[in-house]
Amino acid sequence: MSIDTAPTVSATALDATSGAATRRDILHRLLMTLGPILAALVIAGGILLAVGVDPLAYYGYVLEKGLFSPLGIQQTLTRMAPLLFLAAGLIVAFRAGMWNLGGDGQFLLGAVTAAASAPVFVQIMPAWLALFCSFLIAMVVAMTWSLVPALLRAYQGVNEIITTLMMTFLGTSLANVLVKLVFRDPGTTVPQTRTLPVEDRLPRLFETTITSGLLLGLAAIIIVHLVMTRTAFGLKLRIVGANPRAAVHSGLGVPGLTIAVFAISAGLAGLAGAVDIIGVQGNVRADWNPAYGLAVIPAVFLARMNGFAAIGFVFLLSVLSIGGESAARRLGVPNHFTLVLVSIVLIVLALAEYVDHRYSQSRKA
Amino acid sequence: MSGFSSSSASGRDIVALEGVTKRFPGIVANDSIDLAIRPGEVHVLLGENGAGKSTLIGMLSGLQQPDEGRILVDGKPTPITSPRHALALGIGTVFQHMMLVPTLTVAENLLLGGPWWQRPRTEELAARVAEITSTLGITIKLHAKVSELSLGEQQQVEILRAMVRNSRLLILDESTSMLTPKGIDELGALMRRLVEQGLAIVFITHKLKEAAAFGDRISVLKLGRKVGEIPPERFRALGEQEIISEIVELMFGQQKDDPEAVERPVRTVHAEAAPLLRVADLAVAPTDNAPGLSSISFDIRPGEILGIAGIDGNGQKQLAEALAGQRATTSGSVRLDGAAIETLSVGERRQRGLRYLTDDRLGEGTVGTFPVSINFFLKQVGAAPFWSKGVEQRAEIDKRAAQLVREYDVRTPSLKTPVARLSGGNIQKVLLARELAEGAKVVIFNKPTYGLDLANTLASRQRIRDTAARGLAVLLISTDLEELLSMCDRIAVIANGALVGIVDNADDARTKVGRLMIGLAA
Repeated sequence: MSIDTAPTVSATALDATSGAATRRDILHRLLMTLGPILAALVIAGGILLAVGVDPLAYYGYVLEKGLFSPLGIQQTLTRMAPLLFLAAGLIVAFRAGMWNLGGDGQFLLGAVTAAASAPVFVQIMPAWLALFCSFLIAMVVAMTWSLVPALLRAYQGVNEIITTLMMTFLGTSLANVLVKLVFRDPGTTVPQTRTLPVEDRLPRLFETTITSGLLLGLAAIIIVHLVMTRTAFGLKLRIVGANPRAAVHSGLGVPGLTIAVFAISAGLAGLAGAVDIIGVQGNVRADWNPAYGLAVIPAVFLARMNGFAAIGFVFLLSVLSIGGESAARRLGVPNHFTLVLVSIVLIVLALAEYVDHRYSQSRKA
Repeated sequence: MSGFSSSSASGRDIVALEGVTKRFPGIVANDSIDLAIRPGEVHVLLGENGAGKSTLIGMLSGLQQPDEGRILVDGKPTPITSPRHALALGIGTVFQHMMLVPTLTVAENLLLGGPWWQRPRTEELAARVAEITSTLGITIKLHAKVSELSLGEQQQVEILRAMVRNSRLLILDESTSMLTPKGIDELGALMRRLVEQGLAIVFITHKLKEAAAFGDRISVLKLGRKVGEIPPERFRALGEQEIISEIVELMFGQQKDDPEAVERPVRTVHAEAAPLLRVADLAVAPTDNAPGLSSISFDIRPGEILGIAGIDGNGQKQLAEALAGQRATTSGSVRLDGAAIETLSVGERRQRGLRYLTDDRLGEGTVGTFPVSINFFLKQVGAAPFWSKGVEQRAEIDKRAAQLVREYDVRTPSLKTPVARLSGGNIQKVLLARELAEGAKVVIFNKPTYGLDLANTLASRQRIRDTAARGLAVLLISTDLEELLSMCDRIAVIANGALVGIVDNADDARTKVGRLMIGLAA
């Protein structure tokens, strides 16, 4: 008997829906999530102190701008729209055990095609249909872009982490080239696509500046969550993710499912790009790359691939990124300190997970 | 079989195991094993895959810790805490798979693992190697890249590495599996010279001929237990053929007072009935790490149990997977109830009534992190009534799962418990329930009692008999000859991916099958 038949621990940690969710488990989970976040805030505060910035002032500005000021919270909620789509795409991929790290390339290609098509479509068809078609095109383009890693993984077993990461560099560059050479707006000197008029963009919610893309994003992530947890298709994907050999043994068409996973994941990333352009930006400037795709990955991990938890963490990420931009400007901290903060949270969380696992192992023994 | 006590014999033992037990989830890999390893002896550990050899090696080389019992080094109880600690105690291991860095030279490989703050002492090494190799009569090219060496030469380097580190005990794990016949002979000669210098060698193999040719003392492991030992005095007194037959007796023979031995109930198989499963000239191409299959042909009639006997790793798993549709075949036909199924997918074959109960319960049979309830329906995802238009019907699933849990006596805290938390026997019951529930016509059981305790073994066997009694055709693959003799109507013997004979399970079946298994004509 070899030792590798012992169940893997990481799989246990990833699939949060399995297992009995008693109240103690939930409490434990909350503690294991919020504790490390607080610890990370303290550590990040230490770093801020070291560079001569008052951490309390920094966090204060973050909260004030990202959460408590009326304009700030509206910006935060607007920022959530593309992030939710990206998170939905990552949940599908990660639950199926496929690490689609090419979100940024797929996002930008979706954004550029949406930006290029929407201004044309609104002139020849009703606005709702035009926006719908732009969404569709963005989705299809991103799906097509994912075919290379999908086919390589499905039929050749090539590691998708490498291929999607490489494809994201190509995708980012291709998006740039498209903006500069193909879809460039002849009306301006700045290299950017034609601008979608504000009145043709996705409507805003009520009397605020919040984009209705937020609702689309919420719908997307909730649908993805329900599909993954309640349907046969979702279960098949989760089987592939949790034990690929069991999937083969059970007669699932693993290559087909692999391609489907990549298509859905990339399609959602493409929609994220479209929702950001059609809802908020209106055009794509050359060299624009907000790198949302990579920023969302930690949020999805913190949520343990759970859609509802992901909404919460995406909100947190939005607060941090909107508030962090403002706080950084006012205190002279680099803008990327938000990312530093998020990565500290991740590292502390991983450490806590490790310690917790060791503790429960030693208690069992 | 534990004929030595620590007080009298340990004075000579470099390492001794006393009542060592190691458990893994659902399985007892080593069951109170006693072993004495002495200088100047090649101690052969013989057993099939899964007999517990690797686990034993793991504990000796510090990779794993025993759950019970103790390991004595030089007569003193010593927990071997890590591979580094094992090396420091003088226990060197040459693993089955080469553990050299192919892009580095031999000298660089030998110097790996030295203190990082020192410059590698190349001259010292060269002198030391020259000293060792001259006494052993081998030549090692220190400046050749490892990737340029043959597998036999690489193995010599690994042995040399253990010697350079002053090993007193050398463990060779399945070392002949990748060597040519000439390489094997050379290794045998090398082992002989090493023990003459006072080293102790533990030589793991599942090949009887090598055990008889190279050993001084043989311990036979079977399903985690040590079932016998041939000490050196007896070893020298016997000829090679006698040793082999004695080993065969130990490995496959009937043990006294075996509670598992039950009279085989006489079943009536309708000889005139059309076969439910008909396999003709099935062939599978070999892969890097698995043997192929060639010209496999057999029939199974309704109500019949056909056994597949053979030493593990001779193509049993490939046969099961090829029949189930998990492995591509190169030629041949498989007919289920008269219809050809060899081109169908895994799912379609299952739909037609072919069921495959895998031996790898956690690796592919179940998804360990999923609840027990879902694991019952792993092969029916999307099927009514458990899914309606693709949406999970939790109530239906739980209702049927509760029914199966009762019917198959699965001991589980709840339906929601992740299946990996159950014991091996209960996981097996989940698989049995899944495969034997409605619609089955032909069932392939691959090592259905492997790693189970007695109660679960007997329960599983009864399930299999009941299955055949219901008129299903059963293919029972097992490495346990007792099991096959107690259950099958006919027994086919597989060796090197081919069926070497099919024997009716009559009085002389044991001898016939045993002879076929070691390559003699029945």
